[in-house]
Amino acid sequence: MEIIRVGMGEYKTAKAPAILVSYGLGSCVGVALYDSTKKIGGLAHIMLPDSNLASKRDFNPGKFADTAIERLIEDMMSLGANSKKLVAKIAGGAQMFQLKSENSMMMIGKRNVQAVRTKLNRLNIELIAEDVEGNYGRTIEFSCETGKLTVKTIGRGTKIL
Amino acid sequence: MFKELELDALKEIGNIGAGNAATALSMLLSKRVKMRIPEVKSLPFDEVSMLVGGPENVVSGIFFRVEGELAFNILFILGPNDTLNLLKIMLQREKADLNLTSLEESALKEMGNIIASAFVAALADFTKLSLKISVPCLAVDMAGAILSVPLSLYGCIGDTAFLLETEFEEGLDDIKIQFFLIPDDDNAFKVLLNSIGVRASNGNNSSGDGRI
Repeated sequence: MEIIRVGMGEYKTAKAPAILVSYGLGSCVGVALYDSTKKIGGLAHIMLPDSNLASKRDFNPGKFADTAIERLIEDMMSLGANSKKLVAKIAGGAQMFQLKSENSMMMIGKRNVQAVRTKLNRLNIELIAEDVEGNYGRTIEFSCETGKLTVKTIGRGTKIL
Repeated sequence: MFKELELDALKEIGNIGAGNAATALSMLLSKRVKMRIPEVKSLPFDEVSMLVGGPENVVSGIFFRVEGELAFNILFILGPNDTLNLLKIMLQREKADLNLTSLEESALKEMGNIIASAFVAALADFTKLSLKISVPCLAVDMAGAILSVPLSLYGCIGDTAFLLETEFEEGLDDIKIQFFLIPDDDNAFKVLLNSIGVRASNGNNSSGDGRI
């Protein structure tokens, strides 16, 4: 079975029985999209809430919630997925360090989660499960066969969404 | 892109700060501490976690935010054994796992505080910049998750992180502490260079090509 790694700021798509994996999510959010009828999955490992934050125009769309989700859907559709059938599961968005700072970027986890929810809502994609925020890291595995998202932690057990 | 001279100047600034930090650590532990010459690196985000054993590797991270005329982040990373060996020296008792008590957490944070403050004090002294360091924050978790905090900031400007890295090592008790200085953006390094009279070239280092 193929295991496809999705690194920081990347988004990838796959067909069953492949598994899409992101290791060590902290403030980043993993967005898994799935078309269960075609068994096509996609995973985006987003780092930042909004592409407005990019200082250059030729930025990598995979880093930002708004652009990454759009591109991921495009890629899934070109693989044969039906955009109306897509559902979403998300995990991550932790605040790893409790820190008072003038820089709102220090609360980036929460902002990432909100941005993802807003974007999914705007695209009419139902968010059917989530494991977000908190102050711990997560490794996620998304099965394109079952549509299940496995969330692993250090010392806090494993959840299956 | 930074020129050779500018990189050398950055390394030298790092060297002054890290030298001071190594001395502070040595005094804290009453042991000899070795320090590696700091390196300035430009790395794709994913590769940064490879420096500390991969994104899923469990590490202790002690994080500081430095603000003022320059904004950057300081992160110390210790592997599980390094953490336990350090606690043994500081608290004079054996420890078998990483379920830390609040005393042990405080000890790690204080160790970080002493060396980070020594680093920042030397930096402020040398550059005459006014800098303010936060209280220490600690997390024992996956390396990728810990690094995501400073790296995300860098994501605004590019696909590679430009960082200063060094290592402190206490050989007898087998303790290695990795030190990362990760600025919010490339501008921080330019401010640093300007502060010591080196005119920084006007290039964005995080161009995504992985080169400095």
